[in-house]
Amino acid sequence: MSVLIIAEHNNQQLNPATLHAVEAASKLGEVHLLVAGSGISAVVEAAGQVSGVAKVWSADAAYYGEGLAEEIAPLVVKLAEHYTHIGATATAFGKNLLPRVAALLDVPQISDLTEIIDAQTFVRPIYAGNAFETVQSDSAKLVLTFRSTAFTAAAAEGGHATVENVEAAPAQNLSRFVGRELTQSDRPELTQAKVVVTGGRALGSAEQFDALLTPLADVLGAAIGASRAAVDAEYAPNDIQVGQTGKVVAPELYIAVGVSGAIQHIAGMQDSKVIVAINKDADAPIFNIADYGLVGDLFEIVPQLTAALKQ
Amino acid sequence: MKALVAVKRVVDYNVKVRVKADGSDVDIGNVKMSMNPFDEIAVEEAVRLKEAGKISEIVAVSLGEKKCEETLRTALAMGADRAIHVETDAKLEPLAVAKLLKAVADKEQPQLLLLGKQAIDDDANQTAQMLAALLNAAQGTFAAKVVLADNEVLVTREIDGGSETVALTLPAVISADLRLNEPRFVKLPNIMAAKKKPLEKVSPTDLGVDITPRVKVLKMAEPKTRQAGVKVAGVAELVEKLNQARVI
Ligand SMILES: Cc1cc2nc3c(=O)[nH]c(=O)nc-3n(C[C@H](O)[C@H](O)[C@H](O)COP(=O)(O)OP(=O)(O)OC[C@H]3O[C@@H](n4cnc5c(N)ncnc54)[C@H](O)[C@@H]3O)c2cc1C
Repeated sequence: MSVLIIAEHNNQQLNPATLHAVEAASKLGEVHLLVAGSGISAVVEAAGQVSGVAKVWSADAAYYGEGLAEEIAPLVVKLAEHYTHIGATATAFGKNLLPRVAALLDVPQISDLTEIIDAQTFVRPIYAGNAFETVQSDSAKLVLTFRSTAFTAAAAEGGHATVENVEAAPAQNLSRFVGRELTQSDRPELTQAKVVVTGGRALGSAEQFDALLTPLADVLGAAIGASRAAVDAEYAPNDIQVGQTGKVVAPELYIAVGVSGAIQHIAGMQDSKVIVAINKDADAPIFNIADYGLVGDLFEIVPQLTAALKQ
Repeated sequence: MKALVAVKRVVDYNVKVRVKADGSDVDIGNVKMSMNPFDEIAVEEAVRLKEAGKISEIVAVSLGEKKCEETLRTALAMGADRAIHVETDAKLEPLAVAKLLKAVADKEQPQLLLLGKQAIDDDANQTAQMLAALLNAAQGTFAAKVVLADNEVLVTREIDGGSETVALTLPAVISADLRLNEPRFVKLPNIMAAKKKPLEKVSPTDLGVDITPRVKVLKMAEPKTRQAGVKVAGVAELVEKLNQARVI
């Protein structure tokens, strides 16, 4: 059995998220990676070194450069006959592309899986993580997305994959890339960070969100997350929302600051190793899952904590 | 220009769903049901586009049991013009839903197809993308902004690390993310008016779609529950605990 994983990248670097999918897929069979993009030699080389990857398909065409699902899906379909499973990490990229592939192949997709029982049987969360379903399919081919926090990352080095070029599928021209705005940040990426500091609605404004959380995150080398209420109130950008419909994180340490702990938020962080909650309401649901709870006003506590950690 | 909006009836987001003791299913008997919140955002977007004179008709579609009528009436009350109910008691997987929606779209020929990015019950996040594939149409998933021009639609999408804008040829499929808009509060007169709007019924057989499940659910389990830990008295104690836990 072989598994095709679609590599996520920016034409220059392989996104570390892909390493989680590779590791997960190695439980299913021989892993091959598809790198589709434009001017991708560095990515192809990096992909070939990923531990556990036997083969890298390289597809270089101008219209693969922006990761448009309309363009890449037919290419994946072209390669699909060789594979029993086709997968990617459940990132915005994987979530956008893979269902399109599944529908073109007329096979089911199993989304965001957290456990592989065997090649046809998987576990995945539903209802904001309030239940985990074990599902099975006898489909000869399956499309899968893997929750990155549920699988360790394959080593980026140590592999010796063969590289083969694959001819581009015809351009679809259904959509056109216009532009991209990426948040510039020196912080670790949220889903890969060892420490996450998350702010909720209680921060009160974008200015206070930054003024309180940035110094704390700085001393901890942490990524910053936000609850949906904080995003809705525009204290923080959407791409740092943690939860059922945002990102799923599982750092060593998660500090929830002024976050109530709604089920939709908990769905995105309950696998963190240690959870700290700072909240002035002693009955906030977040305390039901926090390892260490500190009841009090965050505007006093956070600066104190930052100062104490600096020492 | 016509828009088609798909609305799913799901357990209300305020309900904390529990697994049945025998692990056969989740227990959703007698719980409050609502329109999937992301579908509500999709309906709102369609209504705003209609109010702006960009589209002329909104057709809401729901698939599933008889009570989906209620969900469709909500969409009508929000401003959809008519509704189609693909009625079935069978369990529908995302691929089957996409196929049914494609069959409806083949008849209706909408230029814009709006869906929520994910249903909050199965959390699958597949249907819009699958529908786009089946229609051989462009897709604008996780939409935070939609600007409709004559021959294309500009969609600003939420992606990891920021956002990006794509221009989609029409017809196009769009899946709504939370920042797209804030759905309106439906007023009583609109609810009354919605009762008179047309609601058509079709079956999967009428549409010629095979909806046989392809994935079997073997069991359902409760998540590993975390235990509440300790409350610390102050910052000094917290730092001490975190040092002991070796996480700082
Ligand atoms: C379909 C859907 C999807 C959703 N997806 C997500 C998701 O992915 N992620 C997510 O986070 N939410 C999500 N939500 C929203 C979720 O239900 C909650 O509304 C949200 O998580 C609440 O955010 P919050 O804790 O910041 O705000 P609130 O619930 O308002 O909590 C603020 C907390 O701060 C405390 N507080 C106030 N002032 C202070 C102070 N001075 N010092 C200390 N503490 C203080 C309060 O006691 C309170 O507990 C979703 C909702 C829906 C309907």
